[in-house]
Parts: sequence; structure tokens; C-alpha cells
Amino acid sequence: MADLLNYFSYPFVKYAFITGILIALCASLLGVTLVLKRFSFIGDGLSHVAFGAMAVAAVLKVSNFTYLVLPITMLCAVLLLRAGQNTKIKGDAAVAMISVGALAFGYLLLNIFAKSSNLSGDVCSTLFGSPSILTLKENEVWFCAGLSVFVVVFFLFFYHKIFDVTFDENFARSCGIKVDAYNLLIAVITAIIIVVAMNLVGSLLISALIIFPALSAMRLFKSFKAVTICSVVISVICAAAGMLISIGCSTPVGATIVATDVVVFAMCVLIGKLCGRS
Amino acid sequence: MAYITANELVLGYDGKEILEGLSFEVNPGDYLCIVGENGSGKSTLMKTLLGLNNPMGGKFEWGDGLKKTQIGYLPQQTIVQRDFPASVGEIVLSGCQGRMGLRPFYSKSDRALADKNMELMEIKEFEKNCYRELSGGQQQRVLLARALCATEKVLLLDEPVSGLDPKVTAGMYDLIEKLNKSGITIIMISHDIIAAVKYATHILHLGGEIYFGTKEEYIASSVGKRFLSLEGGM
Repeated sequence: MADLLNYFSYPFVKYAFITGILIALCASLLGVTLVLKRFSFIGDGLSHVAFGAMAVAAVLKVSNFTYLVLPITMLCAVLLLRAGQNTKIKGDAAVAMISVGALAFGYLLLNIFAKSSNLSGDVCSTLFGSPSILTLKENEVWFCAGLSVFVVVFFLFFYHKIFDVTFDENFARSCGIKVDAYNLLIAVITAIIIVVAMNLVGSLLISALIIFPALSAMRLFKSFKAVTICSVVISVICAAAGMLISIGCSTPVGATIVATDVVVFAMCVLIGKLCGRS
Repeated sequence: MAYITANELVLGYDGKEILEGLSFEVNPGDYLCIVGENGSGKSTLMKTLLGLNNPMGGKFEWGDGLKKTQIGYLPQQTIVQRDFPASVGEIVLSGCQGRMGLRPFYSKSDRALADKNMELMEIKEFEKNCYRELSGGQQQRVLLARALCATEKVLLLDEPVSGLDPKVTAGMYDLIEKLNKSGITIIMISHDIIAAVKYATHILHLGGEIYFGTKEEYIASSVGKRFLSLEGGM
């Protein structure tokens, strides 16, 4: 315990901790909506796109990856959503297409152009989360905090609209709510969250951060509000616990957080069953 | 003046015509049933009534102070809703969305309206319950209460009794009739021709021949006779 406290005297550990918790909070906020709208896969697809974009950024030697990765991922979010409504290529097939395509091209590009001697190490850290969460600089923490505040404010302001659009698109349309615009907004914000969260858990694991807290909370609670609040709490606790464990046992940060999420999900299923709420 | 007037309407989507020469009107206090086979354009007409689909030709108007977002809509249930974690109160309240504009939170009057409609639909006791744990009939009443929050004038019901057992169906029809008697105009899309001629004041028949008239005229008409003997054995 004293060891752990000792760690917190280092600013980089503090930064990592703050950032990690903010990311977990944002990811879980929209998670409930994404799961209920059957959009979970869009999150997964987008994370692969982000990996591809990251590879392009590495090859082009863009100084700050986010500047390139964020717009590309947002663009793909819009495309995927459109594809979901298109009947020619069904939504899930479109997601699969774009996501594996982006993975393949990303890896190809890195292989052909990258000069790095430790290629597989680089790829691995992009996919599964790098130790880079521990090398965050102060301005990156601010950037992340800014985005988180934006996401939270957006969610609070449009909470009821998001509920409406999630529960019953047809009814929402009949009330004159711009359903397509809100869907678009949700997809774009998902893209933002994914790009920010890539630093924490890596692109392959990011959808876990989005869906597990929501699914866990849905086992326990019956109203939208309770589920949303509970999923945020679960997500933040899991992220904090995961980071502490990973510091203590020197395990990879991303995988540890996701593993914690899985364990908590299993516990929630069990509690749900016991209380007859499932 | 009528709430809704349609004159020589041409309906369709993706540039394909599926209905033409459709004329009818809905006046305050009416109980209009729209009947017809599958694929006769009922759902396209419904989208037009909600202002979600522009007619390809003809004239379509909302009148008498009715705006298109003021129609209370009872859609058919979707798969998403079956495992949706939402309380009855949250769902009914969401019917007030239409009048909110960009205001982010519900006001006292919104909540009072939701309460009133929950009492009217006799679901107040379930307010904190989870929607997915209710029976089919209770779920329909929740959605009806939500639709009532969106309107004081016109309800548009899409197959409101599909999937309900006979006893609950009868209860649902009684409830709708009660609403109609209290002054709310009802437009109902239905497969159930027997109930349509029992409760409705007007019938709009789509598919093959288009027929619009009062219930009595419809029963006496050749279209009505044929359809009734086919579907209802009367």
C-alpha cells in the first residue's frame, strides 16, 4: 500500500490516473445507448479504423497522431452510420468490411514504410494499449480533460433526446426530433471517445470499455437513468482498480482494466440472477 | 375546417408509385379506421400523416390548428424495446419531447401531464416498474399514455392490438373508444375489419379499390361487402 502511494508522488502516474478515469467515464456514458441501439459493433469497427489511421500518421510522420486519427475516425463513423441505413450492404457487413480492411492496410503500411526496428512492439502497443499512458504530458491530460467535459456536457444537455432516439426512433421522428442528426452526433462522439481511449487500452480493447459497464449495469437496474449512472460508476471503479492492479503487479494497463470489467460483469450477472432481476 | 385533408394524393417511395387518387378528410372527433391488405400502402400513408414522407402528388394539408408534430403516435413495438431498461415513468414522460424544442429538461407541467395520462391509462401504479417486465397489454397502455402526452387532438394508432389476446384486445378497444368519446380524434391502422366496423365512424379502404366514407356507407358499398365477407364472414 505504501508502495502504491509512493507511485502517486510521480506526476506521470497522477496524469495517467486522471486521464484513465476520465476516459472510462466518457466511454461508459455513451455505452448504454450504443448497446441498446445495437451499435456496439460500430465502436469495434471504429477502433480498427483508428488503428489504420494511426499507421498512416506514423508513416507520414505526423507529429501529433490525434490530428490525423480523429478526423479520419469521425469520417468513418459517419460512413458506417450511413451504411447501417443502406440496404445494399447491411450494417454489420459494412462494419466488418471497414474494420478488417483498416487493420490490414494499417499493418501493411507500417511494414512497408516504418523504419522502426521494433515493429511488432509498436503494433502490439497500438492494438493492446501502450505503456504510453504513463508518458502523458500535461497538455495531453488537458486535451483529454477538455474532450471529457465536452462529452459529459453533451450527454447531460441531450440526455432526454438521447433516451427518446434510443428507445423509439419512430416515435421520436413523429415528435419532430431530428433523429438522423442525433444518430450522427452519437456516432461522431463515439469516434472522439475511441480516439482518446486508444491511449489507455489500445484499439482492440476499446469496445470493451464501452460495452461492459453498460451490460453490467443493465443486469442490475431497470430504469434508463439508473442504468446510465450505474454504468458510469462501474466503469470508473474498474478503470481505477485496473490501473492500480497494473501498477502493483506490473501487468499491461489496458488488458488489466478490461479484465476487471469482465470480472465485474460476471459479478453483476450473478447478482442479477440472485435477485431475480435478469 | 378538417384536421387533415387529402385530395387526389399520390403516394410512394424511392420514386415508385404505390397509391394514387387518394382523397379523404379527418374532422375533429372522427374515428377513422384505415384497412387494407398488406402492401396496400398503409404504412406509407401513415408516414405521410406524420409528415415523414412527402406525397408525390396531390394535396395534403394539416388544418384547424393541428401541426404535424402534434399527432400522438402509437408505433408498433420494435425488437430494441423488448430488452430495454426503462421505467414506465421515463417512457411516458418522453411523449412530451415534441413540445420541448431545445429545452434540455422536463418542466413541472410536463411531469403533471405525464402523471395525468398515466392515471388515465391506469398504469400509475407501474410508474417505477421496468417496461420490459409488463404484459403486452400494459405495454400498449404505456405507449398510449406516451402518445397522449404528445397530443391533445389526434392519435394515430398503428395496429394497436396486434399480438394481444382477445380479452386484452377488447379492453384496448374500449379504452380507445373512451378516448374518442372524450374528444380525441382517432386514426387507426388495422387488420381487424370486424372491430373497425364496430367502433369506427369512418373507414378508409386501401388496396385494389380505394374507398372512403362513413362506416354505414362502407358496409353498404360493394368494396365493403366483399372485404367483410372475405375477412369477417359477415
